[in-house]
Amino acid sequence: MRFYEFEAKQLLEKHGIPLVQSELVKTADEAKTAASKIGGPVILKAQVIAPGLTTASVQEVADPAGAKAAAATLLGLDDGGRKPNGILVEARPTGEAVYSLSFTYDGTTKLPVIAAANMAGKIDDLGDTHPERIVRRHFSALYPFSDYIAKELAKSLVLGGNDLKRMTRIVSGLARLFLKYDLADLDITSMVKLGEGRFAVLDVEADLEIEARHRQRPMLDDLGFAKDDLRQVREPTKFELEGARIDAEDPRGIISPIAEFDGNIGLVIGAGGGSLTLTDAVRKHGGRPANYAAIGGNPSVDKARRLTKLVLSKPGVDKIAVMSNVVSNTRADLVARGVIKGITELGFEPKDKILIFRVPGAWEADAAKILQKYGVEYCDRTVSISEAARRAVEKVS
Amino acid sequence: MAMFIRVDVDKSVIEKTPGLADKLVEVCPVNIFKVGSKPSSVEIVEDNVDECTLCDLCMQASPKGVRVVKLYE
Repeated sequence: MRFYEFEAKQLLEKHGIPLVQSELVKTADEAKTAASKIGGPVILKAQVIAPGLTTASVQEVADPAGAKAAAATLLGLDDGGRKPNGILVEARPTGEAVYSLSFTYDGTTKLPVIAAANMAGKIDDLGDTHPERIVRRHFSALYPFSDYIAKELAKSLVLGGNDLKRMTRIVSGLARLFLKYDLADLDITSMVKLGEGRFAVLDVEADLEIEARHRQRPMLDDLGFAKDDLRQVREPTKFELEGARIDAEDPRGIISPIAEFDGNIGLVIGAGGGSLTLTDAVRKHGGRPANYAAIGGNPSVDKARRLTKLVLSKPGVDKIAVMSNVVSNTRADLVARGVIKGITELGFEPKDKILIFRVPGAWEADAAKILQKYGVEYCDRTVSISEAARRAVEKVS
Repeated sequence: MAMFIRVDVDKSVIEKTPGLADKLVEVCPVNIFKVGSKPSSVEIVEDNVDECTLCDLCMQASPKGVRVVKLYE
């Protein structure tokens, strides 16, 4: 879940991380007033979530009049169907040196990692352009963060004396904040060393691990997050809202996340990351998914029934592919019952609407019998995920 | 109407055994049984029958009074 930058900065401020002077405003007039207060050239950042707005959402202006004009333009941006959530007006100090820091998880070592560089930018991008400028240190997600790791990292940035002490404090503070709030990513894309020797953070991006949103409720409440605000990159569609409603109304299993696309292959997919793999596999074989809907966690027959009806009722969808990785706690027979029931309730024959049914695992023998009764071939784990996707794409075209 | 499962209940067996109706209601994880209007009786909740997980707890509670049938076999 992406934070607006002003929210990320509120978190940082609360934990004593030094920031450049800034003010969140909601109107062009307020932007002018804020720019006057800050003085000198300022940066205006529209508070947006949708991707692809990085350049369009930021403007540098020389004076308050310029701030007002720029704010009027920025407030008109389309943030995935929403308006920007205000504008951050910030001072733009020039400093002796600029640094960047990134906190994330290293999928290979299964550990949190800090990466830093003595230049501004996203570490991901700098890794491509200036790999020799990046230093890294792993740390533990289980044990309290130790300052020596931060000090090692700061030392690798060729800092000494007071600079080393100040940077160590900042890196330690950010690492603790990263762990405490279950962040998935925390990027300080620009931190400047000011003339008087202290550091100040200019640009921040932060993402919360979405599964942590319940236990991080107090922090989210402090920041003013609504309970149903998942910070999606665009407003949810009617299809997605209905999927979320079906999921919320029955606690048995999950059909989340659900997303609508503009393709023609309805997907009822899931199991341990299988849904992502299956969606990719469909696309790899030239198919166009109509949706993404991960079903799992031992869903009820009714949940599978309602999801099937929702997907099959989507305009442009004539058939569905029911596919998953090998299931253990989810039962193949219950999914089969729900899917068949949903299709028949819509007045169709299951064999005419199911492109493929590949849900291997728990109770698959019963699933196979159910499908056989309705003239649908059951595919077990001898049919690979890629092959299942290929067959589905082939049949729909 | 259930499409996959049928639950047969011998009401005479259930009604003759004190507490059995309540036991059936208690053990079913998907609420297929509800207490009937007559004393010591149960009724089937048709909407829930296809949710049957085939756990057999009802048949263990009353081997002679309840039978779960898979309609796809």
